[in-house]
Amino acid sequence: MEIKVFTNFFKKVLGNIFRNKKDIKLGFYGPPNAGKTSLANRICKDFTGEEIGSVSKVPHETRNVQFKEKVEIKYKGKSMVFKMIDTPGITTKVDYEDFLKYKVKKKEAKSRAKEATQGIIESIKWLDDMDLVVIVLDSTENPYNQVNITIIGNLVARKIPVLIVANKSDLKKANIKKIEEAFPEYEVVGISAKYGKNLEEFYESIFKLSKKVK
Amino acid sequence: MVKKKGVKKIKGFAIQFMPYQDIKHLNSTERIKKILKIVFGNSILILQGRLKPDEETRLIEDTMAMIGHVKGFKGVELAVIGSGGAPESAIERFKQRIVASLSGGDLGAITIIGPATIVKEIKQDPKKIELILGK
Repeated sequence: MEIKVFTNFFKKVLGNIFRNKKDIKLGFYGPPNAGKTSLANRICKDFTGEEIGSVSKVPHETRNVQFKEKVEIKYKGKSMVFKMIDTPGITTKVDYEDFLKYKVKKKEAKSRAKEATQGIIESIKWLDDMDLVVIVLDSTENPYNQVNITIIGNLVARKIPVLIVANKSDLKKANIKKIEEAFPEYEVVGISAKYGKNLEEFYESIFKLSKKVK
Repeated sequence: MVKKKGVKKIKGFAIQFMPYQDIKHLNSTERIKKILKIVFGNSILILQGRLKPDEETRLIEDTMAMIGHVKGFKGVELAVIGSGGAPESAIERFKQRIVASLSGGDLGAITIIGPATIVKEIKQDPKKIELILGK
């Protein structure tokens, strides 16, 4: 009896250790309103039935780092377990007056701005803990932005594998080629998180990059 | 430098050039403190060379921490003009690394940092850089 209890306990502890080790910490980084949460939601909804956070047209909707544990992505007979980490958009400036344009009241706008600045600091602090990072860019915007370069530079310095996603490919103004030209050393996957377009290529790349995780 | 039409007049700002030698001997904390002090004084800083990737993120973190604490401060606009693209061969990359380590940094690069209240946007593409100023 005692031996059985001991064996079960051992199995449970070891099982947890090895299962946790397999969970790859997958971070979603990028500028505000690029579609990080939309993409994370799409993946979480497809594989767990639940979303990770709310989305909005108002910038800095995500002001805290959000998690979804044990997201098992199944693709072409393969399966991997991820811890999804959705981060607030990183920028070098936050002005509460920008929120007023979206009919947010002044008091709320000021509080939103304060939370946004704290969220950016939190995002940066989390960079160290990622195993694999997806940089989500808006393919209708100019990719030559110093913040994008800074984030990628930090990931390279930490030897963290990076996948660049050119989101909003469904929009007329989308220019995926421009993003590919801006980051020639990285794999760029054009997708539409909103409509779930080209996610197969995204999963293929994620599985491929997961092999590089140390 | 382009001044955008239809924006309010900018009152008093300066452009300050800083050679890399001025920050070479400083540690990361002191470097960022020195840079932000210039930006708080409503100056656009043109710095010879560039910060390390972790210093750039630290600059963003410190900038965020100061918004709401320094009156009227809304952040910065930041751009780095590289020293001519990534080297193609491993030998070239090695050479660049040696030069950078001897001189203390990538001296061929230029970093532009300005207060967001003055520099509305820095438009960058591989061929040109535009500073959009306005209140």
